[in-house]
Amino acid sequence: MSDTVTTNIRSGPRAKGAACGLPPFQRFLDAHRDVVWRFLVSSVGPVEAEDCFQETFIAALRAYPRLRTDSNLRAWVLTIAHRKSLDAHRARGRRALPVEDVAAVDSREAASPQARDETLWSAVDGLPDRQRSAVVLRYVADLPHRDIAAAIGCSEEAARRSLHEGLTKLREAVSA
Amino acid sequence: MSANSSGDLSVVEEALRRGADDGNAAAAAARVSARISAEGLADVTYAPVDSPFGTLLAATTSQGLVRLAFPEEDVDAVLEGLARRISPRIVESAAPLEPMRRELDEYFSGARREFEMPLDWTLISPFGQRVLRITWDIPYGGVLTYAEVASDAGSPRGSRAAGNALGSNPIPIVIPCHRVLRTGGALGGYGGGLERKRWLLELEGALSKRLPG
Repeated sequence: MSDTVTTNIRSGPRAKGAACGLPPFQRFLDAHRDVVWRFLVSSVGPVEAEDCFQETFIAALRAYPRLRTDSNLRAWVLTIAHRKSLDAHRARGRRALPVEDVAAVDSREAASPQARDETLWSAVDGLPDRQRSAVVLRYVADLPHRDIAAAIGCSEEAARRSLHEGLTKLREAVSA
Repeated sequence: MSANSSGDLSVVEEALRRGADDGNAAAAAARVSARISAEGLADVTYAPVDSPFGTLLAATTSQGLVRLAFPEEDVDAVLEGLARRISPRIVESAAPLEPMRRELDEYFSGARREFEMPLDWTLISPFGQRVLRITWDIPYGGVLTYAEVASDAGSPRGSRAAGNALGSNPIPIVIPCHRVLRTGGALGGYGGGLERKRWLLELEGALSKRLPG
């Protein structure tokens, strides 16, 4: 897995003559830990989030000095986190998640918000990789479509399509 | 089934935006920093260190202590300087600084007269190194004048330059630039403020010798 590919992600036009280096890594970690944690807990659940989180920031640290100073650090670290989340999903094998059953149990009895959220996150977990990534990167991490496409490694249009398909499935799952 | 109503969609979107979160990000980040430092992946590790002057910031490389900052120094500016001049691979973790923190504690309580911790001199210019190595050799309780330090550093008329080198000492207290005074015994200057210079010299019992009254 190469984390260097994503160093091309730009935040915008290169600032001319700006003598601004990369922030100290600890500041980068402080600035992005919350969104990466939310992203990972949403993508792989709280248990596996810990390992993914550590691997994400250790991979980021290794690549860090080679980054261009105008890189979009938030999109960059979320791309790494996205890959680690895919690794985690692959490692445990596709959990055969009976989305309909979960929905039936949890939301039929006019569910509490927590129960509805549980149904939702189970359904997110059960989405195909690309749809899950698109949905979580878009809504939990608030990345623009362009950065989602870069993270997943597809066209922007394909990213929009995956997002739409994923959302449709989630809507069916929670309203089942 | 109302699967197609837009109301459902916005409910789903809102729930997604809240995210699944258990508020453990800060603890997870602290574990990452500790692991990065413990595994030797960081080029610089820093931690706050208590002192009679307030909270100092101490930073170490694999070589040794590279920076000790007084409480008034801006932490971000200190860290950015380290990122620029050494490496941006900087994390906060107390463990690698623990031996240094202990030596400083002992020194401030009067129980230690010499530091044994390793130092990293890379932030110091070649001339600064000549000056500060001479300073490093001034024993506890002793003092030299700016002129003496300049002369020993090989630039006998460079008292002012020596003063500047002492003033930009990145590891004050440990490299004892407070032990350098004006000819005649006046305190001269100190990056951490003259009050502290006086306090350190009194701690070491140096003031009463050179500055009676």
